[in-house]
Formats: sequence, C-alpha cells, structure tokens
Amino acid sequence: MAESTRYDTVIGLEVHAQLSTRSKMFCGCPTTFGAAPNSQTCPICLGMPGVLPVINRRAVEFGVRTALAFGLRVNAACRFARKHYYYPDMPKNFQISQYEEPLAEDGWLEIDTPAGVRRIGIQRLHLEEDVGRLVHEGDFAAAQASLVDYNRSGMPLMETVSRPELRSPEEAAIYLRAFRAVLVYLGVCDGNMEEGSLRCDANISLRPRGAAELGTKVEIKNLNSFRNVQRALEYEVQRQAEALTAGRRVAQETRLFDADRGTTRSMRSKEYAHDYRYFPEPDLVPLRLDPAWIEQIRAALPELPRARRQRFASQYGLPPYDAEILTQSRALAAYYEAAVGVHDNPKAISNWIMTELLRELGGDDEATVAKAPVSPANLAGLVRLIDEGTISGKIAKDVFARMLASGEDPVTIVRREGLTQVADAGAIEALVDQAIAANPKAVADFKGGKAVAAKALVGQVMKASGGKANPAMVDRVVQEKLSRI
Amino acid sequence: MAAPTIHELTAAFARGEQSPVAVAESYLARIDTLDGRVGAYLTVMRDEALSAARASEARYRAGAPLGPLDGAPVALKDVFCTRGVRTTCGSRILESFVPPYDATMVERLRTAGAVILGKTNMDEFAMGSSTEHSAFHVTRNPWDLTRVPGGSSGGSAAAVAGGLAAGAFGTDTGGSVRQPAAFCGVVGLKPTYGRVSRYGLIAFASSLDHVAPFALDIVDTALLLGAVAGHDPLDATSVEAPVPDYVAALAGGVKGLRIGVPDEYFGAGLDPEIDRAVRAAIDVLRDRGATIERVSLPSTAYGVATYYIVAPAEASSNLARYDGVKYGLRVPGKDLIDMASRTRAAGFGAEVKRRIMLGTYALSAGYHEAYYGQAQKVRTLVRREFEAAFARVDLLAAPTTPGVAFTHGDKADPLAMYMNDVYTIPASMTGLPAVSVPCGFNAAGLPIGLQLIGRALDEPTLLRAAHAYEQATPWRHRSPALG
Amino acid sequence: MISRDDVEHVARLARLALSAAEAERMREQLSGILDYIDTLRALDTAGVEPTSHAVPLVNVMRDDETRPCLPPDVVLANAPDPSDAFFRVPRIIEE
Repeated sequence: MAESTRYDTVIGLEVHAQLSTRSKMFCGCPTTFGAAPNSQTCPICLGMPGVLPVINRRAVEFGVRTALAFGLRVNAACRFARKHYYYPDMPKNFQISQYEEPLAEDGWLEIDTPAGVRRIGIQRLHLEEDVGRLVHEGDFAAAQASLVDYNRSGMPLMETVSRPELRSPEEAAIYLRAFRAVLVYLGVCDGNMEEGSLRCDANISLRPRGAAELGTKVEIKNLNSFRNVQRALEYEVQRQAEALTAGRRVAQETRLFDADRGTTRSMRSKEYAHDYRYFPEPDLVPLRLDPAWIEQIRAALPELPRARRQRFASQYGLPPYDAEILTQSRALAAYYEAAVGVHDNPKAISNWIMTELLRELGGDDEATVAKAPVSPANLAGLVRLIDEGTISGKIAKDVFARMLASGEDPVTIVRREGLTQVADAGAIEALVDQAIAANPKAVADFKGGKAVAAKALVGQVMKASGGKANPAMVDRVVQEKLSRI
Repeated sequence: MAAPTIHELTAAFARGEQSPVAVAESYLARIDTLDGRVGAYLTVMRDEALSAARASEARYRAGAPLGPLDGAPVALKDVFCTRGVRTTCGSRILESFVPPYDATMVERLRTAGAVILGKTNMDEFAMGSSTEHSAFHVTRNPWDLTRVPGGSSGGSAAAVAGGLAAGAFGTDTGGSVRQPAAFCGVVGLKPTYGRVSRYGLIAFASSLDHVAPFALDIVDTALLLGAVAGHDPLDATSVEAPVPDYVAALAGGVKGLRIGVPDEYFGAGLDPEIDRAVRAAIDVLRDRGATIERVSLPSTAYGVATYYIVAPAEASSNLARYDGVKYGLRVPGKDLIDMASRTRAAGFGAEVKRRIMLGTYALSAGYHEAYYGQAQKVRTLVRREFEAAFARVDLLAAPTTPGVAFTHGDKADPLAMYMNDVYTIPASMTGLPAVSVPCGFNAAGLPIGLQLIGRALDEPTLLRAAHAYEQATPWRHRSPALG
Repeated sequence: MISRDDVEHVARLARLALSAAEAERMREQLSGILDYIDTLRALDTAGVEPTSHAVPLVNVMRDDETRPCLPPDVVLANAPDPSDAFFRVPRIIEE
C-alpha cells in the first residue's frame, strides 16, 4: 500500500439509471423487468425498417426532476442526437442519445465522508435509450456465438457524469450510495443494481501527490454493486501506483472488473477511439421546455435524503445512526413522523421501529411499509402506554405481537387481556409479603450476603402477578422489605 | 384511349356502371400482359387486391362506400412497409423481408378502401434518378421502352403512365416523384414535409423523405393526398395542421395569383425544348389571369452539392441497421464484423455503397463541420431565399427537369446522374410543396413537366393552379402506345 | 483528393467490405464527387444557423402509456438465425 500514498487518486463516476416509466423511451413497450426474451419489443425498439421514435414525456419529466434535485441547470432548449457504432445489442447501430445540447448541466451532490462534507460536481445529465442484452452461447471463452434479447432495448436511461472530484475508492462508493438514495427518493429509479436499474462506469487516474496535471485516465466498466465499485477502484489504485512507481506508462484504455478475482483486465488490445459521428436526430424535433413546467416540477420536489437526515437529527434529537436508518426510505421516514406526531417520544419510537417493526417488515420500500400490519398511530399508542406506566416494556412486546396478528390498537388489547400493569402499592406489598413468606431460603441467602437472591423473589412476584406487576416497583419494595428483615 | 382516372372509376362504381372486381381484374390482366416489357412491379398482390376489390364491391352494392377512393386500384413503391407482403426497397439486402406492420399511409389507404395492386420497382433504397439501380430489374418508360422512367420512384410512375395502376405512391427525397412524373407524363406531387406521416416508410434521408402521390390528373392527386395526409402520433415530424378538402379547393382558377419565375432555373444546362414548353405553360397561366414576375434564387447553384452531403449523411446513418443480425440478408462470416461487412457488401448495390461512403465521410471526425455542418447552413440560406420570394409571389413556376427521359445506361457517371435533380432538390431541402404536371412533349414525343412550388402547407393554392393549367391544356388525354 | 487510406478507414467505419479494385474505383468516384461538393466551402455561412428540420416543430412528445408488443414468433420471423427466442449472431471479437 505504500506506493499508493505517493499519488493522488482522481475518480469520476458515470451513472446510468433506468427510469421508472411505464413505457420505453421512444415506444410504447412496457418496462417490466424479467420478461421472457424478445417478448417485450415492437418494430420501433427492434429498429425495423421504416420505424420512427417519439419521446416519452415522463422520461423528460424525471430527467428534469433529477436535474433540479442535484442543482443542475436545466437547458430548456435541448435535443437528441444519434451516436453511431456497430454492436449487435444496438438495433439501429446508432443510439439515440444527447450530445451537444444535453438536458441539464453543472450541478453537485454533497456527501458525508469520514473526512467531512465534500461537494462533488455533476457535469451533465442527459437522456438516451438503452441497448439490448447479449448472452453468450455456452462457455464465454469458447463461445462461437452470442444470443441477443432486445427486451431492454429502448428502455429510458438517464446518464449523469460527475466531475473527476472523487479522491478515493471509498468516496466513490459513498457518492454512489448517496446518489442512488436521491434517485429512489425522487421516485425516478428503483435503484436496483442487481437488476441493472443502476449501472456505473468509473474513470480513474493517478498523479504524483500535489501535481497539477491529471494522469492517464482508465475507464472501468461492469461495476454492478457498491462493493464492486470500491473493490475495482482499490485494485486500480494499486495497479496504477505500482506501474507508475516502476516507471511504466499507464495505458489509456477500458478495463472490465472481474468480480470473482477482484481484478480488472483490459477490454481492448489496442487503443480504439470511437468515431461516433454525432448529428442531431432528424426524426425528433427539438425540445423547448416551458419554464412554468420546470417550476412545477421544482415545487413538487420532496425533501431529499441528506436534508431529511439532518432535520431528523436536529428536530428529533436522534443520533446519526437512527437518522440514517429512518430516512433510508421516504416511506419509513413518513411512518416515523406520523408516529411521532401522535405521541411525542422520538427516541422510543425510533427504537421500536428500528428493532421490532423493521424485523417484521423485512424491508423498507414503499410497498412493504404501506402494508405494515401495525399503523404509525398504533405504534405510537403502544409507546404512550409504556410512558404512562400502564404497561411495562416487557408486556409491551407481548402487546406488539398481538397487534401484528390482529391489527387492533394497543389500548383495546391491553384492556381485553387485562394486561394493565399492577402498580398499586398495596397490591405489590401484598405480593412481596407472600413471596417472602413462601421463599425462606431466598431470604436466608440474601441475609447471608447473596444480593442476587433478591432477584429470585422479584421473579416470584412477577410470576405470581402474571407479569403485570410494575417491575421497578416490585424491585424497590422487595429491597425495602428484605432490608427490614 | 386514355386510361381512366380514379375519380372516373369510383364514380362509375357508385353508379353501378363498373365493378371494382372487374376493374381490378382488368388491371391485373394488363400487368400480366404488359409489365414484362415495362418492369414497373416487383411484387403483384393478386390475391390481396381481389379480396380488397370484392370487399369494395360489397360496400358499393350496400350503398355504403368508404369514400371517393373506395375500389381505386393503386400501386405502392416498394419502400412502404406492407404487413405480410415482402418489402424490398429494391435491394438484395431486404429481398425476403416481410414487415409485421403496415406503414401509416398504407393503413389509411386501406381504411379508404383502396385496392393495392402491388409493390413497384425503385432505385435501391430510393437512391437514384432512373430506376436503373434496382437490384432486381430495370423499369422502362412506357413512352419509349429504351428510356428510363426516371427515379427513384420509376416503377410507380411507369405503372400510372402505362395504365398498370390508376394511381400510385412513391417517395420524393430530392425529386424522386416529380422527376419520374415529368419523364412519364403524369402528375407527381411532393407535399409539404410533415404533411404525410413517414411511419413505415423505409428511410433514406429522414429530413428530406416525403410520401408523394402519382396520378393521371390533379383531381386524383387531391384525392390521394387527402386520403393519407394528417398528423400521426407515431411520426414526431408530422404536422398537426388540419387537412383541408383538397378537391373542393381546386375550384377558383388563377386570377390574381402572383407567380414567380426563378432566373436560375432557366439558361445553361436546360434542354431548349423544355425551356420553350415551360415558358408556354407560364403563358397559359398568365392568360388565365395570373401575374408573372421574375425572381432570383441564387443558391440554386449550390443545391445539388448541399443535397449530396445531407442526404448521404442521413442515409449512411439510416442504413447502418442492415447488417444481417435481425432481418434481411445474412452472409456468414468468421465473426460479427466479418459477417456484417460481407452482408453489406453483397446486399447493397454500387450506388448505395457510394452514398454510404460519402455520407460516412461527411460525418466523420475531422470532416463533420466542413461538410455536414456547412451543408445544413447552406440549407438555411436556401430557405431564406424562398421565404423572400414568397413575400412577393404565391407560387413559383419552373421546369421539373433539365432534360427529358434519357436512354438506359446514358448517365453512368454518378455526378451526371445527380445533376438531374437540380430543379427538384430545393423544394425538398426546404420542405415546400411542389408538383410536376405535364406541359407538353418534345419533338420525339417524350413528356415534359412543369413544376410549381408553393408555400408550406399551401397545397390548396398549388393544386388549384396546377388544375387550372391542366384543364386549359390537352396533355392528359395522351397516353403511351403500350398496347 | 480522398486517399486510399481514407477510403479504407471510412469503409471500416461503415462496415463495407471492399475489394482492392472496388476501393480504387470508389476512391476515384468519391474524389470527383467531393471536388464538386467542395464548391460549398466558398459560401460564407458565418452566423447562419444550421437547418436540421424542415418543419418548425418543437416539443413533440407522447404520454407514458403502454402499447401492445409483438409476439416473439413475429419478432423472430425475419431473423436469419433464430435460436429459441433469441437472435443468434457470430462471436464478437473486441477490436
């Protein structure tokens, strides 16, 4: 690792997000994942002779929404362009993308790193169509043929390019996580990296510490998880540092990450500069977005993850850990705030959600939270019963289980099951007297110096009361009575 | 005897004097007998045509025809996708391609009850001015079988001229309907760009392609245009302007109409017989009450050069998809690149390859701004000149072509072929509507065309003037002696 | 004025396999055409906006609605080498 400290690392990330529209970017095919091969296509996304594209308005709306969330300047006048290259996953052998007039430019994302808050520039955001999927026939190395599925062809993609301002693989992973969280919050992308809704390419170069000029840029592709982004970049830092220290040149190339080995390998045997021959897409007319429409979208922006996390910490006095978990999903954050609105105990409600509720739900996405068997009001009601001393924390867990099963509110359950805590001094004294009388050995042990024997008596009282006695009170009365014996 | 027009036929159908099935059969018989010599058709749709004719006949019998095109026998250039019927674009690379969908204009023709007789021959991928560049066979001019019918829509033009269809459609990108119309003595109209949907038209040059009808007279032209015009949600470049009743708009004559005659369309390079015929035609319009004045369109000289950058550039892009992967010809290769290269080498003819090379070059790094960028700017200059002219006049009148139909093999040099389009290119580049209407014959009996160019979406004025001219002259009553 | 190298480079970009004779003929013909086209360079177009579209339309977009897809057998009906529900192509060598 020693070599890598001699160099500054410079990383930029290109993220492709599949937009959560109902239909594809330029045709009406559905966008559902996992359909049987070539069952979600039409002449347009197949690039058949004679077809024409038409822009999906919602994709543009999602692009604008995202641009505004990251502080980019929306180019009201923008257009699509053809990007030419030959590949079997490209039905027309050109991709409809944006080149000289992208949808938006010049924004940023603030991330929280161990070294503090950093603002990472986002250079541009544009819309384009996705390509099909290649499957290798049989074994990759020996494959004589490939198989093409065009279901993915034409899906709406939003590409964002960060400025090369990330300074470590760890920062890159943080950026990607934070970026994804915003997209999910905005509802423009489901952020599912395993399904390919979010894809990332990285550009990385090294330069001697303190040098001004950038080093040779290497592009890394095929990064399909946060962890792999970090692993691939860590490997690259190592690889490039070793090369530079040994006096070797780092080749400007594209490399693929091999997740099994944790290494990158060169994708091209020689430098291959694409000549994309961009020109404005003649089958689409330019966009001149209405400023009023853009303002409407801006006004409807939700509170974003980082801002919400900070507000939860300050407004509710929550520790960062709690704030992080509760704001991971908009749905869960809304659940939390609804509960706190009913009963003002932010920390206790946070604990109940983070432990009991999330374990039950098994996930925090909108659909799962919407189907939560316990409503925010009922969860809050439960915490209120504890705070009022009506039930103990232990009994509350029992009540919670019953709430999950029946969906009833806690007050009804406690009343019906007679779970109200016994906190009457007289009743408790009577129970303690009974326990002392029934357990002379424990009393003797206690007198003999074994303080822990008192616990056995407490246990007896709790059992005799069916768990309903106020434990703190029982403990205190037991201690009192034992001390007077 | 002159071939019947569509409006004559459908009027006869409505009166019960003629049967759509009998008429369809007579056209099919004529095709059987004569098309061996003319070569207008690539695919004759015998069964489909008779089926459509029978349905039409049933509607007429029930007193419920779909409209003035119901039962009309028409032909379509093999560039329009027809569901279930092979569509080749005149190319080996699509020789066995069967589209799973209809072009919008085909759907609209079917909805109007038209009887589609078949798909006609064309220069491969619409690149050419003679229909000598089809991969399959040449088409011959019915007026003189040693001569070309023009191109790229030569098959459709020859079909109408030779009485092998009552009307037809082609596409006009640089003149590919107007020029064959002039060579074949029929009417050819290039509507305003965006007036007719391009969905399903196999693209050559996207910003220049126009769906364009051929007909024996202007009334038929108006009927054919009316059937297919109008906004299409599947074509983002189609205009939303309402479609007027083009036939009703034909009445009114040309009194008070201001017609401009552009200097640059006359002079060196123009066949003197054409010059005389067109000037005589302009005189007819003047006699009918139009005022004539000279205008100047200096950029005319740069039209061909500009077009032959923009069109090949867009074509090189539109034809990139033909690589043997998903449809069409595939020539096996040792790997993907080899397969694609061999497929395209075997599947494309020389003219198509030439234009793909030219277009790719014009778009490539280092040359993009000098060629493609410059050409698109010159296009703006051309448009401005037309706008200035139309501030003073309502229509422009000019020849359609610099010469009459030439003999097969005469224009082997590509550049010489390209110069055919000098008068038709400007209206394509600006998207303005333009029509070629017969205005006489040369000494050898070969047809000559008069071109009228109008303002955007002003087909009514354009067709009204053409109709007035046509009604005042005898040209449409002459037919080639084909047999 | 267009070199043999240019022709070969452009042919590669355009995925056209040309024989040596074809490449030479192409070079001659393209040179002639390009010489003619070069007359355009003389035109002063400073400050002139390029025309990409003959129609002055803007903002043509569609609603986010789904339409029926083609059945897979129709999708593959024209395929030169269909394999189950996929399009089969020869292996791709990275250049």
